[in-house]
Amino acid sequence: MTGPAAGPVAGVVPAMEGAYRRGERRRVFMLGAAGLVLAATALVDLTTGPSSLSVEEALTALAAGPAGPDRLAATILWQLRLPTTVMGGLVGAALGVAGLQMQTILDNPLASPFTLGFSAAAGFGAALAIMFGAAVPVAGWLLTPAAAFAMTLAACGLVYLVARLRGASAHVLVLGGIAVLFLFQALQSLLQYMAAPEVLQQIVFWLFGSLTKASWTSVAVLAVIMAAVAPVLARDVWRLTALRLGERQARSLGVATAALRRRSFVCVALLTAGAVAFVGTIGFVGLAAPHAARALAGEDLRVAMPMAALIGAIVLVGASVLSKLVSPGAVVPVGIVTAIIGVPILFALIFRRDGAVVE
Amino acid sequence: MSGLELRALTVARGRRTVVEPVSALVPSGAVTALVGPNGAGKSSLLGAVAGVLPSGGTVTLDGGPLRAAEVAYMPQATAVGAGLTVLEVVLLGRLERLGWRVTADDLAEAAAALDRLDLSPLSQTRIDRLSGGQQQLVLLAQRLVRRPRVLLLDEPTSALDLHRQLRILDRLTAFARETDAVVLVALHDLSLAARYAARLLLLKDGVLRAAGTPGEVLTPAAIRDAYGVETEILRTSAGHPVIAPLAPST
Repeated sequence: MTGPAAGPVAGVVPAMEGAYRRGERRRVFMLGAAGLVLAATALVDLTTGPSSLSVEEALTALAAGPAGPDRLAATILWQLRLPTTVMGGLVGAALGVAGLQMQTILDNPLASPFTLGFSAAAGFGAALAIMFGAAVPVAGWLLTPAAAFAMTLAACGLVYLVARLRGASAHVLVLGGIAVLFLFQALQSLLQYMAAPEVLQQIVFWLFGSLTKASWTSVAVLAVIMAAVAPVLARDVWRLTALRLGERQARSLGVATAALRRRSFVCVALLTAGAVAFVGTIGFVGLAAPHAARALAGEDLRVAMPMAALIGAIVLVGASVLSKLVSPGAVVPVGIVTAIIGVPILFALIFRRDGAVVE
Repeated sequence: MSGLELRALTVARGRRTVVEPVSALVPSGAVTALVGPNGAGKSSLLGAVAGVLPSGGTVTLDGGPLRAAEVAYMPQATAVGAGLTVLEVVLLGRLERLGWRVTADDLAEAAAALDRLDLSPLSQTRIDRLSGGQQQLVLLAQRLVRRPRVLLLDEPTSALDLHRQLRILDRLTAFARETDAVVLVALHDLSLAARYAARLLLLKDGVLRAAGTPGEVLTPAAIRDAYGVETEILRTSAGHPVIAPLAPST
């Protein structure tokens, strides 16, 4: 029944292959278009801020490098704005990919990188460092992200342990994650309750999520994490796509679903920890970007994954531009902006003409 | 006889044994039907042979160990909600062989499998937009594209209309004959089982009650014992047996 393409099927095969290849080319074009939109958004972000910098000046300073002759432009661009823009892109990409992974392994369109308590754990770690950091002989700029990162991985470890003991089904992961979420939310609330007013203000500011905390160090750390995780996700890309058919179908195709979920879950934890440790909790990107990516690129994760990364990056860099425009002279935390602009994006996806995105 | 040999195969779910030791031969080159009432252990037995359920005992193919790559297993139909196209779903049947770029060979195999099940016009349609019966056919094409030596199907015709039921069982019979594959199919329709299967395995309460040709297995007494139904075995003009249910046995 499945012999080589010959006889009656000879004419059908080229037609089907042609249609498939056209679809592939269309998706590659969409990825290229998303890349261009990201580049344009990043350029706008680089030229937006308290000190006016034209597109031409920004491009000249960019080409001249950090030691360029125009010291003022070089300082503004290379020391202040570029780390923020690049970090925004990387955080958006990491959250977009992590969200897509989470929605895939939990088979739940409402899942996001924060569903299993990672943001609450990061928040608790940061609050701990802000409150008691003075007693530790480590610089605050390093201690807070390190504590947030470590606590996120601790939350991951807890859920992972539950998954090891009880099987890594979507239900076990969700229930274990919700337990971890409540635990760290309670601990975070306890610290906020105990904190002095000025410390509480610092904690709340951290929780808002802001790109102003970005630096070249944070960019490097997150870039290394993403580079380490990418090959694992690429290797599993077909198995994860098969998981979209459902647990039973994927298993019947030979996918070791429990091991796949555990592997992907660790990748999500690393991406999320790297993203939130330096800039705080940034909501909605990890929820909305995967839906937008699937709507544009379909569910073949070879395309949907880079598309989710690009859309996450566009949303966060775009939110960075808005956060600087809303209140001239001050920067509204970007986490607030993403939450506000994420809602219309989600509504637009829900009310798409064919209404098939979040069925 | 070449084919699949089950030796003292058992399946337990938790502490409950759902399949008592089953020993049976499943020949290659023909369709073998697995029949029995609900809860008899048919799905568990298929899952154990496929290696997706933990089991005791041994399963061999032509006297040697059964390798996972030789098996294609289709569990009972469940609605597929993925937004993948039909062609993409069938391509996933070649999961182990797919590289980052889908090759012309991959596409040719998938297209041929779709064409042979009359699914070519749907190749670019999303599977979540299809009816349950159409989804079932697509998932069958996905299994066939694996070119299995052992094909295990759990109620593959449950969502199909009469025409498609006959057509699919015709195709499966031809597939078994042409490729000398083992085809083990769980079926509820005893008349279809009697018409298409060369051998039948009758399970009840996890115990293999009978094994043999349809004439040997599907007797009114055996059906009464397994299903609790009085039946009459009729014959069509072409000589195919038809199991006519009369009444629940008292």
